[in-house]
Amino acid sequence: MNRYPIWKYVIIAVALLTGIVFTIPNFFPEVPAVQVSSSKATVKVDSALLGTVEDTLKSASIPYRGAVLDATGIKLRFDDPDTQLKAKDALQTKLGDNYIVALNLVSASPRWLAAIGALPMYLGLDLRGGVHFLLQVDMKAALDKAADRYTTDIRSLLREKKVQYAGVGREATNVVVRFRDESERNKARAEIEKSFPDLAVREMEAPGEFRLVYSLKPEAQKKIQDGAVQQNITILRNRVNELGVAEPIVQQQGADRVVVQLPGVQDTARAKDILGRTATLEIRMVNDEPGAVEAAIAGQPPLGSDLFTERSGGPVLVRRQVVLTGDRINDAQPGFDQRSNEPAVHVSLDGTGARIFKEVTRENVGKRMAIVLVEKGKAEVITAPVIREEIGGGRVQISGRMNTREANDIALLMRAGALAAPMEIVEERTVGPSLGKENIDKGFNSVFYGFIVLVVFMCAYYLLMGLISAIALSVNLMLLVALLSMLQATLTLPGIAAIALTLGMAIDSNVLINERIREELRWGATPHAALTAGYERAFGTILDSNVTTLIAGIALLIFGTGPVRGFAVVHCLGIMTSMFSAVFVSRGIVNLIYGGRKHLTGISIGQVWKPAPGASVPAK
Amino acid sequence: MEFFRIQRDIPFMRFALTFNVISLVTFVLAVIFLAFRGLNLGVDFRGGTLIEVTYGHAVDFNRVRTAIDTLSIGEYAAQSFGRSDTALIRLPLKPGVSSAQLSERVMGALRADDPSARQDRVEFVGPQVGKELYENGALALLLVSLGIVGYLAMRFEWRFAVAAIIANLHDVIIILGFFALFQWEFSLPVLAAVLAVLGYSVNESVVIADRIRENFRKMRKATVTHVIDDAITKTISRTIITHGLTLMMVLSILFFGGETLHYFALALTIGICFGIYSSVLVMAPLVMWMGVSREDLVKPEKKREGLEGEKILP
Repeated sequence: MNRYPIWKYVIIAVALLTGIVFTIPNFFPEVPAVQVSSSKATVKVDSALLGTVEDTLKSASIPYRGAVLDATGIKLRFDDPDTQLKAKDALQTKLGDNYIVALNLVSASPRWLAAIGALPMYLGLDLRGGVHFLLQVDMKAALDKAADRYTTDIRSLLREKKVQYAGVGREATNVVVRFRDESERNKARAEIEKSFPDLAVREMEAPGEFRLVYSLKPEAQKKIQDGAVQQNITILRNRVNELGVAEPIVQQQGADRVVVQLPGVQDTARAKDILGRTATLEIRMVNDEPGAVEAAIAGQPPLGSDLFTERSGGPVLVRRQVVLTGDRINDAQPGFDQRSNEPAVHVSLDGTGARIFKEVTRENVGKRMAIVLVEKGKAEVITAPVIREEIGGGRVQISGRMNTREANDIALLMRAGALAAPMEIVEERTVGPSLGKENIDKGFNSVFYGFIVLVVFMCAYYLLMGLISAIALSVNLMLLVALLSMLQATLTLPGIAAIALTLGMAIDSNVLINERIREELRWGATPHAALTAGYERAFGTILDSNVTTLIAGIALLIFGTGPVRGFAVVHCLGIMTSMFSAVFVSRGIVNLIYGGRKHLTGISIGQVWKPAPGASVPAK
Repeated sequence: MEFFRIQRDIPFMRFALTFNVISLVTFVLAVIFLAFRGLNLGVDFRGGTLIEVTYGHAVDFNRVRTAIDTLSIGEYAAQSFGRSDTALIRLPLKPGVSSAQLSERVMGALRADDPSARQDRVEFVGPQVGKELYENGALALLLVSLGIVGYLAMRFEWRFAVAAIIANLHDVIIILGFFALFQWEFSLPVLAAVLAVLGYSVNESVVIADRIRENFRKMRKATVTHVIDDAITKTISRTIITHGLTLMMVLSILFFGGETLHYFALALTIGICFGIYSSVLVMAPLVMWMGVSREDLVKPEKKREGLEGEKILP
């Protein structure tokens, strides 16, 4: 009667095996490592680079262990932090700015484990140390900026179409156009509607004046806001790359927030500085006078010119006078030249920008123009194309000497040079590495000592059945750790507390079962009947109580952030593993031990005390 | 070993009124503390900056305060945190001042005063985020309560659902009352603990309710009071052992988990102690007074009455 079919044991065996495989990586110590990844979209980390990296280390006679190339880059392990630092410096010098060479810690687990995806648990910032920022994008500023752009655009459009107007101005996020008479207003309204479909219009009258009030349609507002957040994320990623962090996280949270997590970063001041800086994009003319570049390289740049390096590496001499700044650029998209079908970047300028650009290009046909990204006082020439003809209308195409990927990259840089809207840090959590290590120890101790008490009590009070419960509890702990490793869910200090709490609550199921078995034995059930009844009757109760606990866990998961979320994830997973191990696994062991015996005379579950005769007996 | 050698059913329901009066008094006291002293909300909910600084030696708070005073940043609090070499500095939110830079300035001043000062932790929460965390916490509490009431009403009966949620929300209020009385810091992990307690002590109510239902099926002639007394007596051994063990685990967190988890574990400890009491001795009388009867729980014509139903009915 107390036997499990083979398939149930197969399930248990598979679960245990998977559990063991995914738990193992957590037992290996972490070793110092250096991680090489690409800092630019155009630069690829491939096996050729792996060769270069290995050669560099060999020629510098720095011993390393295992060089692995995976999706995140190249990882090299070292015996001690000193060699790690030496290797980092050697690689940084050799590889230059196109690659991020970051210090990291990786698990010393064998490679085959990593190959099947068995990694150690992903530790949260409170355990490994690092910085967490929550940045809020100022959406009002993004909309103001858009309204400013439309104000200039409408003004140039009306001028171009020769419509008489009294004035164009921005009021909050609205653009107000004023007219002296109604017919001009109607003419303007038709023209604007044709050119700017994203604007909603309202007519207003004032004494002697006719007005058109334009506002962004809700869907256009949403598009601008989404675009602003996306653009800011792109820029933040570029900046974070510069910090040389091994596993940075930059992602959107909610409608208007960005989370930045930098594990292992200690210098928060520098991190804040780099994240918060402003970059500007400038368009300037190239100084192509013969001999000027050579003179500049020799250390004598001509007056009013600066020597910069182009992204391709060559020197460019650029005049100091700024033709246009980046905020005149509405958009930049990669594409193809319609005639030659070469990769190109299509840039659209706002009204003022278009006018200036037309003048400049008319006067400088045949000369070169440089697009310069100035960030933190450091300038870089993104590209320096030759002006072929006068360009009007604000639609500019940059083409030639680039492949599709470069076109993509240049477009991104032109768009992403400056933040689309200002950002503000609204939450910061920084944890030092020593505190992180301390937190791990404290968390481990809480689980360890609590667990020991539980096991000792169960074994003493319920004897063999208690030991089985203790085994089930260990299985529970192992499966929980395996599940956390498998899902790579972030483990935080409250998460470790949740492991302890979950174990404390999981034992409830076994106590329920064991007490029930004792009770059945007390009222004279045969051992086999008592086991069956104990497990089956307790199951309904266990299910109910776990569902209610799960409700609480899920609510925490939905509403929780940060520490609470870390707690909730472990709590929810733990409830599931405890159902499996406390009921299914422990029953499996019990069946294995007692199930085969036909004439079972007793169960080792501790003393079954019987009340004196004459005491109340349950009505059967 | 057997700790619980109970000869006959303990007449718990005879003292039902006493239990509820004790509960009510505690509850009212908790509400009074909450109303008059209020919760000592942490940085998570109130916003502000918190800096944990570790020194190479015992902290000299006079020097720490002098160093920070030179910045003239207004109100702040500096106190020890767990160990003698650790100081915790709290700075309230100030409109117009970028708090992100505030922590840098404070650390700069402390390092200038004593180079052994090491920044171990910085937490800064802006006013908007703090408000959201507060609202989300309240929403989570509401959602958990509704979810539990819904589930219990579906699985058992509305009387059990109502009694269980009254008994358990009263636990929550009592935990909050303790935090108000002693002005312990109420932070995000404490909120997590409170919600976990809510889920946890409902467990207890479920176990009792399950047993009451089972008894109604088996003890056909017994009175409602007798049925409830028997249910509590039968489960008392499991109740005490389980909670005792969970409490061991929680105490282990309290003793070994360090300062960060201190209040979290404290909230759980209070929650577990009161949880046992209320889910058994408050919930059961409430169900009784609301007039639960055999017919409410045992519906033979309906087959979906739980897993054990068909087997047990004679």
